[in-house]
Amino acid sequence: MALEREFCKWSFCAKPAVETIETDLLLVGGGMACTGAAVEAMAYAKGLGLKVTLVDKAALDRSGAVAMGLSAINTYVGAENKVADYVGMVRTDLMGIIREDLVHSLGCHVDQSVHDFQDWGLPIWQKDAENHTVDGQVARDEGLPLLKDGGKCCRSGRWQCMINGESYKVIVAEAAKNALGMENIHERVFIVKLLTDKNNSNRVCGAVGFSVREHKTYVFKCKAMIVACGGVVNVFRPRSVGEGQGRAWYPVWNAGSTYAMPAEIGAKMVLMENRFVPARFKDGYGPVGAWFLFFKAQATNAYGEDYMAKNWDQVKKEYPGYADAPGTCLRNHAAMMEMRAGRGPIMMHTDKAMQALAQVLSKKELKHLEAEAWEDFLDMSISAACLWASFNMEPDKVPSEIIPSEPYLLGSHAGCAGLWVSGPSKNYLGAPDSWFWGYDRMTTVEGLFTAGDGVGASGHKFSSGSHAEGRMAAKGAIAFILDHKNDKLEAAQNIDDVIAEIYLPFEIYEKYKGYTTASEINPNYLMPKQVQTRLQKLMDEYVAGVTPMYQTNKIMLEEGLKRLTLLKEDATRLAARDLHELMRAWEQYHRILAGEAHLRHILFREESRYPGYYYRADFLSIDDSKWRVFTISQYDMKTNEWKFETEPYKQLC
Amino acid sequence: MPSFVIVEKCDGCKALDKTACQYICPNDLMVLEPEQKKAYNQEPEQCWECYNCVKICPQQAIEVRHYADIMPLGSSTFPLRGTDSIMWTIKFRDQKTMKRFKFPIRTTAEGSIDCFKGKTMPTADDLKKPGFYTGPARTE
Repeated sequence: MALEREFCKWSFCAKPAVETIETDLLLVGGGMACTGAAVEAMAYAKGLGLKVTLVDKAALDRSGAVAMGLSAINTYVGAENKVADYVGMVRTDLMGIIREDLVHSLGCHVDQSVHDFQDWGLPIWQKDAENHTVDGQVARDEGLPLLKDGGKCCRSGRWQCMINGESYKVIVAEAAKNALGMENIHERVFIVKLLTDKNNSNRVCGAVGFSVREHKTYVFKCKAMIVACGGVVNVFRPRSVGEGQGRAWYPVWNAGSTYAMPAEIGAKMVLMENRFVPARFKDGYGPVGAWFLFFKAQATNAYGEDYMAKNWDQVKKEYPGYADAPGTCLRNHAAMMEMRAGRGPIMMHTDKAMQALAQVLSKKELKHLEAEAWEDFLDMSISAACLWASFNMEPDKVPSEIIPSEPYLLGSHAGCAGLWVSGPSKNYLGAPDSWFWGYDRMTTVEGLFTAGDGVGASGHKFSSGSHAEGRMAAKGAIAFILDHKNDKLEAAQNIDDVIAEIYLPFEIYEKYKGYTTASEINPNYLMPKQVQTRLQKLMDEYVAGVTPMYQTNKIMLEEGLKRLTLLKEDATRLAARDLHELMRAWEQYHRILAGEAHLRHILFREESRYPGYYYRADFLSIDDSKWRVFTISQYDMKTNEWKFETEPYKQLC
Repeated sequence: MPSFVIVEKCDGCKALDKTACQYICPNDLMVLEPEQKKAYNQEPEQCWECYNCVKICPQQAIEVRHYADIMPLGSSTFPLRGTDSIMWTIKFRDQKTMKRFKFPIRTTAEGSIDCFKGKTMPTADDLKKPGFYTGPARTE
């Protein structure tokens, strides 16, 4: 290592105040999963006399992936569908390797969360007696039955239902707040390190973080914990080059903490090679689901050719057995064939779809339809609506460009990266013994649970499924707490050392800042932004980002790993000028670890399991004989080494 | 620079117990400049354009000038969020095309959610069985 290791001795920056909070169940994160966990945990905690505490790095009303709102609930099984068919859809979309015990049990629970949302006040579009679509408020005004009482939602696809979702998160947060009480919620506190028990290194017993509002550290001591703070965004160089970097498809503040913190205490991760590359309206990232499924729009290459129809025989030849129903990554693959051949851009023909609908709808219905098209963007991706306005584009008159974006790591959407967790019960639907170790959604670290983006090998949960999964994890965690009532826990880590490590970027900055005339450029440290750009560039160039058209190989990955290793060393020289930058510093550190897991998993899996998301150009096909397996990794922070193993896939339904 | 604050309109939320935009921004971007007591976006290239600062500002002092690397100047998209609905006014770059939309945002009164009201509270025996306290799981 080039630079000597620095330690924070509080010689250059002031020691923060320390608040220690003892609780039974700690919820780290404030998105759909932890707000779900909050209500379900409190339903039990009240009677059992247990304390539940939630800590969120933002404000609960508008934190997480649903901060802006959503225009649809993407997982509602409904009476008309079978859970087994939901499992089948997820299996197909995620290329044949999912934990069916997790997906099936989620499918059995998710509708209840949707019914609760409607009870709490979320407007869900419905079909009236004449089968006309009405918005969620009109549905109530007209007295249509609620979904739980047999009311019909308005399907945009088989599993999706449309909502007026501007305040979706506000509503879900209000339920969580009222369940927990504000005295048990700590907003603007960023958890960066987990604590393990002195007598059992595989047992979580607390977490340490800091306030981004005042010079204060929070030490939480707990019996069990749910870590669910989203996926990883901006680990890859985004397509945007300036301000637009903030316009990530997934929330820009998702920094991989859900993966990095558990990994640091040895939690096993699964399928971290998986990623999601959403094909979305270019630059604004407006959702395409409603356009494809609800408005029935067609997407073509530059010359008006339907790339799916054109390329599907070829896709079937390349990936036999996987192309019978077009999964998300293979649809990307078909579009990428056109782009690589120079026949882009890919166009979404919103104009033709609207004009076709104009033939069959009344003027009033058409006006409503136009509002629906705009609301789809305004509810969840406002910039995409602004993009139309800034280019003088009306979707009913001109088509719009769509493009595959930079990669994202997540476990709740059309991706399945995450932690390896216990299933709901022993041999659930005939699951192997090795898929259950006592408590639903518990990671391989005792007492540490996760949900939503945190649970690997089970995607397509979306907002409703993440909420439901948080509730399932909460039940598992409360059961764990009751079974371990008499455990005496004590942190193995020296808390003062942990706090000193957390504030090291302050110490480094204050120590060296006077050496140069412009404090941002200094040979003794890197600012968080500088670390982020280096991470993004190497992930892009070597780990199948946008620039090499999502392709990589063993040699490239090994070069990327060399650079990532040096960056990880340099990250010990992160500097921060204020609390906001201290948060950014630790976000970058979490991104580096999540990025490393992703790189190492892609290196390990010698096939192209997810064409259209990424390609191992040295192993272009899918090799079921060797690789229809879960890839599981474990990081050892002490030795800085990674171990890999595989676990066979088993179809359960 | 994604969200921006109009000098004349921002009063630093001096009548409130906290600066609204600073409180709500999911990415910790909005801060109060200590001398002028006016808010600004401290890291515009990390702005998701989620509009939560725009929606919450009691003075309507915050708007969005969209990502400079992507969008031509001149259009505007502005929300007025009430307790049960939101009204959007969208003006195109050509200054002629206007769109107005109103959508419901919730069907219950703000603050009225009581997720335990009328529910039978579960006991420890229910923990390892499927289902939530609000209803059973599907069995199939």
